Amino acid sequence: MAEFLQFLISGLTVGAVYALVALGFTLIYNASGVVNFAQGEFVMLGGMVTVFASAAGVPLPLAAVIAVVAAVVIGLLLHRFAIEPARGASAVTLIIITIGASILLRGLAAIVFDKQFHKLPGFTGETPIDILGAAVQPQSFWVLGGTAVVVVALYVFLEHTLLGKAVLATAANRLAARLVGINTTTIMALAFGGSAAIGAIAGILVTPITLTNYDVGTLLALKGFAAAMLGGMGNPLGAVVGGLLLGLLEAFGAGYLSSTYKDAFAFLVILIVLFAAPQGLFGRRAVERV
Amino acid sequence: MGALLNQRFVTLAVLAAVIAVLPLVFPSSYYFRVASLVWVSALAAIGLNILMGQAGQVSLGHAAFFGIGAYAVAIGPTHLGIPPWAALLIGAVLSAVLAYLVGRPILRLKGHYLAIATLGLGVLIALVISTESRWTGGPDGMPVERLTLFGWRVSGSYTWYWVTGALLLVGTWIALNLDETPTGRAFRALHDSEVAAQVVGVDVARFKLQAFVIAAVYASIAGSALAFMNGFINPDQAGFLHSVELVTIVVLGGLGSVVGSIVGAAVLVTLPQALTVFHEYEHLLLGLIIIVSMIFMRNGIVPSLSGLFLRRARS
Repeated sequence: MAEFLQFLISGLTVGAVYALVALGFTLIYNASGVVNFAQGEFVMLGGMVTVFASAAGVPLPLAAVIAVVAAVVIGLLLHRFAIEPARGASAVTLIIITIGASILLRGLAAIVFDKQFHKLPGFTGETPIDILGAAVQPQSFWVLGGTAVVVVALYVFLEHTLLGKAVLATAANRLAARLVGINTTTIMALAFGGSAAIGAIAGILVTPITLTNYDVGTLLALKGFAAAMLGGMGNPLGAVVGGLLLGLLEAFGAGYLSSTYKDAFAFLVILIVLFAAPQGLFGRRAVERV
Repeated sequence: MGALLNQRFVTLAVLAAVIAVLPLVFPSSYYFRVASLVWVSALAAIGLNILMGQAGQVSLGHAAFFGIGAYAVAIGPTHLGIPPWAALLIGAVLSAVLAYLVGRPILRLKGHYLAIATLGLGVLIALVISTESRWTGGPDGMPVERLTLFGWRVSGSYTWYWVTGALLLVGTWIALNLDETPTGRAFRALHDSEVAAQVVGVDVARFKLQAFVIAAVYASIAGSALAFMNGFINPDQAGFLHSVELVTIVVLGGLGSVVGSIVGAAVLVTLPQALTVFHEYEHLLLGLIIIVSMIFMRNGIVPSLSGLFLRRARS
C-alpha cells in the first residue's frame, strides 16, 4: 500500500508538469494552429533563470517572477519574429520553425548560463513527509497545488473575462473572430506569452525535485505533446487529464514493470491509444467536409 | 514525355558530374569525409521525401530506420557472425517489414496525430537501442566491422566517397523514375487530395504503406553506409534530433524535389562543419538559420530559387 501510494504521488507530481506543458501546447495550438516544439524550452528557462537569479542573491520569490517575465518576453519574441512572419506556411514548416527556435534557445541557454545541472532548494524544506508509509517531498505539494492554481486561473480567465472569451472565439474560428472585431494577432501574441508563463511556472515548481539544465526541454516537449495528444489536441481539460495520466503511467510502469524503460511507456501508450482512437481519448470525431 | 526523360537524364548527369569533379578541388581527406556524409544524408532524405513530398505523409521518427540499418551492420557481424554485406540487406529487410507492420495502423492517422505517432515509434526504437546495451553497447555506441566485398576491404574516406556517391546516384535514379510510374502518380494524387485520389480508385492505404516502406528502406541503407564508413555507431543516429534533421533537410531543400533533398543535405551537413569555428555559437546559429530559411524560403531552397529563376527568365 505504501509503495502504491508512493508511485501514485510521484506519478501525479510528474504528471502535473506534463499537464502544464500540454496546457501550454494547447493554448498556442488553439489560438494559432501551431504545434510549438519550443514549449519545453519555456520550462527550461523558468528553472534556469530562477537558479541563476537566486544564485546572484535575488530572493527566491522575486527570482521566480523574473524567470516568468523572461520566459514571457522570449515567448512574445518567438511569436513576433518567428511565427508571425511565417503566417500561412504549412503545418510542417511551422513545426520546423519552432524546432529551430528550440535549438536556438537551447544554444542560447548553454552560452548565457552553462551546461551543468542545477538545483533549487525546496520552497518549504526538504524533509520528506510521511503519508501512510509513503515518503513525500514537500515540493510535490507545491507542484500539485501550483498546477491546480494555474488550471483554475486559466479556466476563470477563458470563461469569465472578455479577453479570455476573445481567445476562445479565435480558437473556434479565426476568420469569424476577426469579423466581429477581435484583433487575432494580439490574441496569438497573448497565447504565446501566456503559454510561456505556464511553462516557466512548471519549470520553477519542478526544479527542486528533478534538477534542470540547458537540455531538459526536449524530452519535456515530447511528453507534453504526447499528453496533449492523449487528451485530444486542442482540448485544455484533455491536456490536463492526459498529462496526469501520462505521469501516473510512467510512475507505475517504472515501479512495477521496468525502470529502464520508464520513458518508453508514454510513447507506447500513445501509439496504442492512437491505433484504437485516432482522435485521442477526449477528441471529438472530426467529420471532414470535402 | 521525351522532354521529361531528358530532364531526368540531365539531373542525373549533372549529379554524376558534380560527384566526379568535386575531388579535383578537395584539398584534404577531411573534405571527402564531409562530402560522403552529405551523400549519405541526401540518400536518407530522398527516401523520406518520397513519403513526405510525393505521398504527403509526415514522419518525425524516420531516424529509427536509419538506426536499424546502422545497428544491423554493427550487431550482425559482431554478435551473430553474419557477413557485413548480408547484414546490410538484413537491415533493409527488417526496416521494410517493420514499416509494413506498423505502417498500416499509423498511416490511418492524419496531420498532427500522424506526427506524434511516428515520433513515438522513433523514440521507442531509439530507446530500445540505447537500453539493450548487451547487444548495442548502450548510449556509448559500438564499433562496426569493416565492409569487405569479394575480398576487397572497403575503407578510407576516399573510397567511401565513391561508394556513397554511387549509392546516392542509384537512389536518385530510382526516385526520379518513381515519379513517372503509376505508383509515383498515385503518390502525387494522394498528396494533392486523399479523397479525390480515393474517388478515382487509388487504393489510398496501400500506396501510403508503399511510400512508407520505400522511405524506410532508403533510410536503412543510408544508416548502414554511415555505420560502415565511420566504423562506429551510437544511438544518437536513431534519435529524435536526427529525425528532425532529416525532416528539415527535406523541407529546407524542397518538398517533392529530389535535387532539393541533395541541396538540403549539403546545406545542413556542411553548415555545422563550417560553424565549428564558432563552436560555442553553433547551435544558436543553426537554429537561427533554420528559422530564417523557413520563413523566407518556405517552399524550400530549390523550388524557391527555380521559381525566382523562371520569373526572371520570363520577364
